[in-house]
Amino acid sequence: MKEKLIAIIAEYLGKDASEIEADATFEDLGLDSLDIAELVMQIEDELGVTIELNAELNNIDKLVEYIENQG
Amino acid sequence: MSFRILGTGSALPVTTVSNEDLTKFLDTSDEWIRTRTGITERRVMNDGESLLTLATSACKNALEMANTSPEEIELIVCTTLAGDYTSPALYCLIAKALGLSDRVITMDTNMGCCGFEYGLQIAHTYFASGMITKKAIVVSAEGLSRHADWSDRATCCLFGDASGAVVLEAAPDRKVDFDWTVSGNADILNITRHADNSPWNTYDGKGVLHMNGQEVFKFAVSSISARIGAVLEKNGLAPDDIAKFFLHQANIRIINSAIHKMGVAPEKFPHNIERLGNTSSATIPVLLDETVRAGGVQRGDKIILCAFGAGLASIACLLEF
Repeated sequence: MKEKLIAIIAEYLGKDASEIEADATFEDLGLDSLDIAELVMQIEDELGVTIELNAELNNIDKLVEYIENQG
Repeated sequence: MSFRILGTGSALPVTTVSNEDLTKFLDTSDEWIRTRTGITERRVMNDGESLLTLATSACKNALEMANTSPEEIELIVCTTLAGDYTSPALYCLIAKALGLSDRVITMDTNMGCCGFEYGLQIAHTYFASGMITKKAIVVSAEGLSRHADWSDRATCCLFGDASGAVVLEAAPDRKVDFDWTVSGNADILNITRHADNSPWNTYDGKGVLHMNGQEVFKFAVSSISARIGAVLEKNGLAPDDIAKFFLHQANIRIINSAIHKMGVAPEKFPHNIERLGNTSSATIPVLLDETVRAGGVQRGDKIILCAFGAGLASIACLLEF
């Protein structure tokens, strides 16, 4: 799951996956609020999940935990 | 009976407010606004202007292009979030200012940013029923500067004021179709009402616009592709058959994301949000007028208008220009 999210975000940013730290905040990765919304839509489509955005979901690790808790 | 657009018109307030102007009272910057919205400036009404003056000018421009006299108009649909008065409705003031017949069928409708397309749907119904047989006006007039929260840097920079209008003419062989949804969600996008006068009610709201930008973004992008996809499929058409797509001008990031999702050439999506911001239901008729006057739409072209907004509502309208 984490690798998949890192790959999606790396592609969006035009970077190599090795450059993406899962515990870095989205803001530190250079993503603004609408970038995050756009990425979440892509993740929802690709993983078949529904993600309700909130300020706590601010890095990849937390997003992975949120999705896994959805079961 | 169907219809065709005979003339288009628009009117803008004279006052331009740049991003730099907003930095004088908000903790923001031109770069912050441009990168998140695509907007560099917007128009706002001053003391000498009103929705009535804007809408009347837009209608007169459309009537002139349509070579139509006011007496020929059988129906006028006015779309607005809120007219100059709570009552009377804006339509009757416009009807008087234009010199329309006192037998004209009139109404205001509030479908938020989707208002213009719902207005076309109402007009289409009147033409199809035979209640009107000649000409109609659909006019959108919006004053978002009256409703924006000018202390909220995340939202107030998005909005502006404008009016756009079309004159429609009955046309038996013109293709017109719609696809729409309404969910009844008031949580992520709303304008609260002002404090009540009633002594039995303690509500003391300020009457300002609230928006969850991320959720609106998700709704908008998914709605644009869904509505356009549905109206194309219903009519056996492909994106290549459409000359231009006119999207509600809410945020350039929404427009670009929708274009990417649909995989359609960006050149087919005119935009003016850079100069005008989001003017709710007026964005599409103003953009249509600017594009028509620039020669960007030709007679016989199939075009799609697509809007999304409060409600949450979304609608696509397929037209043969």
